[in-house]
Amino acid sequence: MSKTTFLGKFFGHGEAVEAEVQHEEAFYRAGQWQLVWWKFKRHRLAQVSMAVLAVFYFVAIFAEFLSPHDPMRRFQGRLAHPPTAIHIRDTQGRFRAPFIYGTEQGRDPVTFRPIHVADPDSIHPIRLLVRGDPYRFWGLFPTDVHLFGTAGEDAMPIYILGTDSIGRDVLSRIFYGGRISLSIGLVGIAISFVLGLLLGGISGFFGGAIDDVIQRVIEVLTTLPQIPLWMALAAALPREWPQLRIYFATTLILSIFGWTGLARIVRGRLLSMREEDFVLAARLDGESEWTIIVRYMLPGFASYIIISLTGSLPGMILGETALSFLGIGLNPPTISWGVMLQQAQNIMNVAHFPWVLWPVPVVVIAVLMFNFVGDGLRDAADPYMS
Amino acid sequence: MSGNEVIAEVKNLRTYFHVPEGVVRAVDGVDLVIKPGRTLGVVGESGCGKSVTALSLMRLVPSPGRIEGGEIIYYQSVRETSASSLSDIIDITRLKPNSREIRAIRGNHISMVFQEPMAAMLPVRTVGSQIMEAITLHQNVSHQEARERAIEMLARVNLPNPDRIVDNYPFQLSGGMRQRAVIAMALSCNPHLLIADEPTTALDVTTEAQILDLMRKLQADYNMAIMFITHNLGVIAEMADEVAVMYLGKVVEQTDIRSIFINPLHPYTQALLRSIPQLDDVMTRSGERRQLHTIKGMVPDPYTVLKGCPFHPRCPHFMSEVCDQVVPEVIEAEPDHIVRCHLYAPSPEEAQTRKEAML
Amino acid sequence: MTEQVDTLSQIQVNDHHQAQKPLVETKALKKHFPIQRGLLRRVVGHVKAVDEVSFYVMEGETLGLVGESGCGKTTTGRCLLRAIMPTSGEIWFDDPKLGRVNIAELDREQLVQVRRNMRMIFQDPYASLNPRMTLLDIVGAPLKAMGIARGKELERRVAEMLELVGLRPEYMRRYPHAFSGGQRQRVGLARALAPHPKFLVCDEPVSALDVSVQAQILNLLQELQEEMGLTYLFVAHDLSVVAHISDRVAVMYVGKMVETAPTQELFLSPKHPYTEALMSAIPRPDPSPREKRILLRGEVASPANPPSGCYFHPRCNYVKDICRTKEPAFEEISPGHYAKCHRATELALSGVATLA
Repeated sequence: MSKTTFLGKFFGHGEAVEAEVQHEEAFYRAGQWQLVWWKFKRHRLAQVSMAVLAVFYFVAIFAEFLSPHDPMRRFQGRLAHPPTAIHIRDTQGRFRAPFIYGTEQGRDPVTFRPIHVADPDSIHPIRLLVRGDPYRFWGLFPTDVHLFGTAGEDAMPIYILGTDSIGRDVLSRIFYGGRISLSIGLVGIAISFVLGLLLGGISGFFGGAIDDVIQRVIEVLTTLPQIPLWMALAAALPREWPQLRIYFATTLILSIFGWTGLARIVRGRLLSMREEDFVLAARLDGESEWTIIVRYMLPGFASYIIISLTGSLPGMILGETALSFLGIGLNPPTISWGVMLQQAQNIMNVAHFPWVLWPVPVVVIAVLMFNFVGDGLRDAADPYMS
Repeated sequence: MSGNEVIAEVKNLRTYFHVPEGVVRAVDGVDLVIKPGRTLGVVGESGCGKSVTALSLMRLVPSPGRIEGGEIIYYQSVRETSASSLSDIIDITRLKPNSREIRAIRGNHISMVFQEPMAAMLPVRTVGSQIMEAITLHQNVSHQEARERAIEMLARVNLPNPDRIVDNYPFQLSGGMRQRAVIAMALSCNPHLLIADEPTTALDVTTEAQILDLMRKLQADYNMAIMFITHNLGVIAEMADEVAVMYLGKVVEQTDIRSIFINPLHPYTQALLRSIPQLDDVMTRSGERRQLHTIKGMVPDPYTVLKGCPFHPRCPHFMSEVCDQVVPEVIEAEPDHIVRCHLYAPSPEEAQTRKEAML
Repeated sequence: MTEQVDTLSQIQVNDHHQAQKPLVETKALKKHFPIQRGLLRRVVGHVKAVDEVSFYVMEGETLGLVGESGCGKTTTGRCLLRAIMPTSGEIWFDDPKLGRVNIAELDREQLVQVRRNMRMIFQDPYASLNPRMTLLDIVGAPLKAMGIARGKELERRVAEMLELVGLRPEYMRRYPHAFSGGQRQRVGLARALAPHPKFLVCDEPVSALDVSVQAQILNLLQELQEEMGLTYLFVAHDLSVVAHISDRVAVMYVGKMVETAPTQELFLSPKHPYTEALMSAIPRPDPSPREKRILLRGEVASPANPPSGCYFHPRCNYVKDICRTKEPAFEEISPGHYAKCHRATELALSGVATLA
C-alpha cells in the first residue's frame, strides 16, 4: 500500500491533497493511537454517540445538582403525577418566561381514579439555581442548590417526566439511576478486563496443559445459558447484605461471562503474534520475553481489547436492567434503571401512568450509543490493516 | 491466418476507481489489439493497471471501479466462416455488468485464469462439478456428456488419472495441479480469448515451466488468443508474440517480442530490462561483481496526477519543459513498434508547438 | 556421513581459500517438526524440513541457498541463528569474542552475544517491522537490548545506520507506515546492521519487491558487503537473483542439500539433475527460442512422506534402479563442487550456456 492510499484512509477526499501537504509529516510521525483517533473521527455516528454518552455520564456524575428533587422524596398527594407541561403563554395569551401551572388532586368523574388537574391561575415560573431538597454533593458538601426548579416553599414542584406510583420524581431518579446503571458496566468490564487479560495471557503464553484447562473452562462457561445462571447466582445473594456489597456482587455475576470473550481474543492474538516476523526480529535483537510481550505484542492487540470491552458493556447494562427488573439484582432503596422498571411489572401502572416507563428509552439509547461507538472503534482499531 | 485478423480491440480504455481518498486512474487510455492464435503479453510493475485492464475486458472491475470511457470491441464471430455474422461486433464497455450478453461472453468466449488457483474454485465442491457447471452454463449438453467433457478437459491439461481427479476437491490437489484444473475449467467452452493474470506467479519454477508449456500447447491446439499478464519479463519472453509495457495506467511501448528485448525504445522499458539480474552474466563474469542498473525514485502513489509523461520524474532522458508539460502521444517510431515518448517525436520543435497548443 | 562432513571445510580451506576460513559451518543440521493428531496430540510422524544439511560459508562471501517452496531453505537460515531450535546437528560460528562456538549448544547469554554478530533480514517488508514503533525504536532496539548504546549515543548510531542504508536520518521519528516496500526493506537492513554484525542471513529479501526496487536493494547489499566486510547467506527461490549476488550456490530439495558449488561452476556445469532442471525452468528474458528445455514430471515430494532412495528419483530424467533404493551420499565431485547423486560423475548435464 502506498503512503497516500494509507494517508487517504484518514483524511477524506478533497482534504486529501491539502492534507497531504499540511499533515504529511504529522501523519508520518503519528503513532498507533493518533491513527486510531483520526480514523475514529471519520466515523460520524460513533462520534455523535460518543458525545451522547459523554452527556449521560456527565448527568450521572452531577446527578445531585442536575436533578430537581431528592430521588427518595415522596410527594404526598402527588402520586403518579403526569409530567408537568412547560408553558410560555398564559391563559390570556401573554408570553412570559417558562412556567408551569400548579395542580390540584381531583377525581376522574367517570373512573373515580385520582387525577391531577392544572389550575390556570396558579403560575409557577421555572428558575435556575433554585433552593430545593437539601443534599450533600458527592456526599461531601451540604447544599440545597439545584440547577432548575420552581422557587418557594409552597411552589408547585416540577416533574419533567412525572412521578411514580408513590410520588417520587422520575427524572431525578433516572439521573441518580444512571450512576448505578452506567457504572455497573464499567466496573463489570474492569473485572472482565483483568480476568480476560490474565487468563487469556496465561493461556496463550504458556500453552500446553494450562491452555487446555482454561480453554475447556471457557467452553463450559459459554455453553451455560446466561440469563438462568445470572438469575440463580443473583437469587443466592443474601437479602440482608448492604447495598454496596450487593452492587459489587452483581457486577461480579455480570462479568462471569464477560471475560471469556476477551480471554479468547487475547490468547488468539498472542498465538498469532508470536509467529509475526517483527516479534522474531525483536527476539533476535535480544529483547527479553517480557519486553516483547509488553512493547511488541500488547500494543498490537490493545485496540482489540477495547473493542471487546465496549462490545460487552451494553450486555452488562442490559443484564443489570433485566436482573433488577426481575427483582433479583439490585433492589430498592438502591436506584437503578432496572429497579425503576420494577414498577412496570404492574400492568396497571403501565396502563395508567406510562411515564414510569421512561427508563426504557434511556436504556435503549445508552445501549445503542455504546454499540455505535463500538462499531466506530472496530473500524478504527487496526489502522495498519490494508 | 492473416495478420490483420483481430479478435478483440481495446481503444482508449479508461477505468477509474472513485474512492473517498480520490480518483485512482488505474487504466488511463489503453489501446491494445488481440489477434487469434497469438499471445499478447502485458507487462509492468505493481500498480501499473495491467490487472484492471484484464478485469475491464471481462467486465469484472470491482466496485468502486468504473469504466469511464473508451471501447472494448469484441469480434464475436471471427472464427465462424459465415459472412452473415460479420455484424456481430460487440462493444463490451456498453454491456451492463451483469447482463445476459456479458455472461454469455464471459467463460464462453473469453475466459480468465487468475494468480491464485484456489480463488477461482469453490473449496466445497468437487473439481469436476465446477467444470461441468461451466460447460452446462453455455452448452446444451446432458449431465453425462458434461462429465465426460470435464474428464476429457482434465486429461487435456495433463492431470494424471482424470477420472479420479474429477471427483476430488480442490484442497486435495497441489498448487500446480489446481492451476491445471483451473485452466481446464477456463478452456472447457473453447474460448476464443484466454486472459491469464499472473497464472504462474504463485508457483514454483519447475511447476511454472510445466504450466507455461501446457498453455503453449493448448493455444496451438485451440488457436485461441491469450492475453498474458505478468510482471516477470522472463515469462513474457517465453510466452508472448507481442508485448505491451504498461506504466501508471498507460501502455508506454508496444511491439513484437523480439523488438522489445533487442531494441527497446521507451526509457522505462530500457531501464526495466537493465534492472533485472541476467542469468547469462554468470557465464561472462570473472570475479568482479556487477552492479545492477536501477530506476531512480519509485512509482508515485496512485492519487497523484502527474503533468506530462507519467515517467518523467524517474526518466534518465528527461527533457525539462517538454516531458513535464506535454503528455506524449502514441508514436509509431518504427514499423509496428509504437512508443509513448517525446524522444521519438518527429522533431523537438513539433513537441514544442504541441505544448503551446496545449497551453 | 559425519566423518566426511568434518573434512568438508578443511579441503576447501586448503584448496581454494588459503587465507580464508569458514565463518559459519553446519554439520548434519536437522529440523524435524512433529505432526500431531487427535485430542491427545500424539506424534504420528515428522516433517523433515531440514534433514542432515551440511554446508559452510566463508568469511566475506555470499552463499546463495536456493530451492523451491517447502525445501527447507528458510528453516535452515533460521536455524543458524537459533530463531528455530534445530532438532540435532552442529552450527559452528566464529564469534569475535567467544571464538569458535556451536550455536546449537549455547546458553541464553552466549546466544545474545552471538546474535550481535549474526543478524537476519526478512522477506516481507511489512510484517517484519513493528508498525507501532518509530524507526528510532526499531533500528535502536538491538543497540538498546544488547547494551551497545543508549540516549544521545543511540540516536547518533541510528542516524548513522539510516544514512548507511540510504534513508535520511530525519526520518527516525517516523513510523513505518510512512515508507514504501523498498524503503521498509532498507529499515530492516539498518536494524540488522546496527550492532555491526559479521554475518547476515538474508531470507528472500527481494522477493516481495518490484523489479526496479529489487535492483536497488541488491546493489545496496553488495555495497554494504564490501564496505563492512559482511558475509551473507542469501536464501532465495529466484535463480537469477542468486546467480547475480552469490559467490557460491547451494541447492536444496525436500530438506536435503543436493548440490553446492562456486556460482559459475554450478550454473555452467551442474552435477545434479535437479539443478539442471531448475536452471532449465527459469523463464529468461531472452526471446530467442530455446533449443532444449528439461521439463520435470510430477510434483515436489512432501517432506512429511518423502520417497525412498534419492528423494528426487520419481521426477528424475536419469533415474536408475539404485536411485529408488539407496540414498546417495553428498560427495565432492571436483574441488569445491559437491553433489548428492549416484550418477553425478557419469552424467553430462546442461548448464545455462547449453540451455540457452
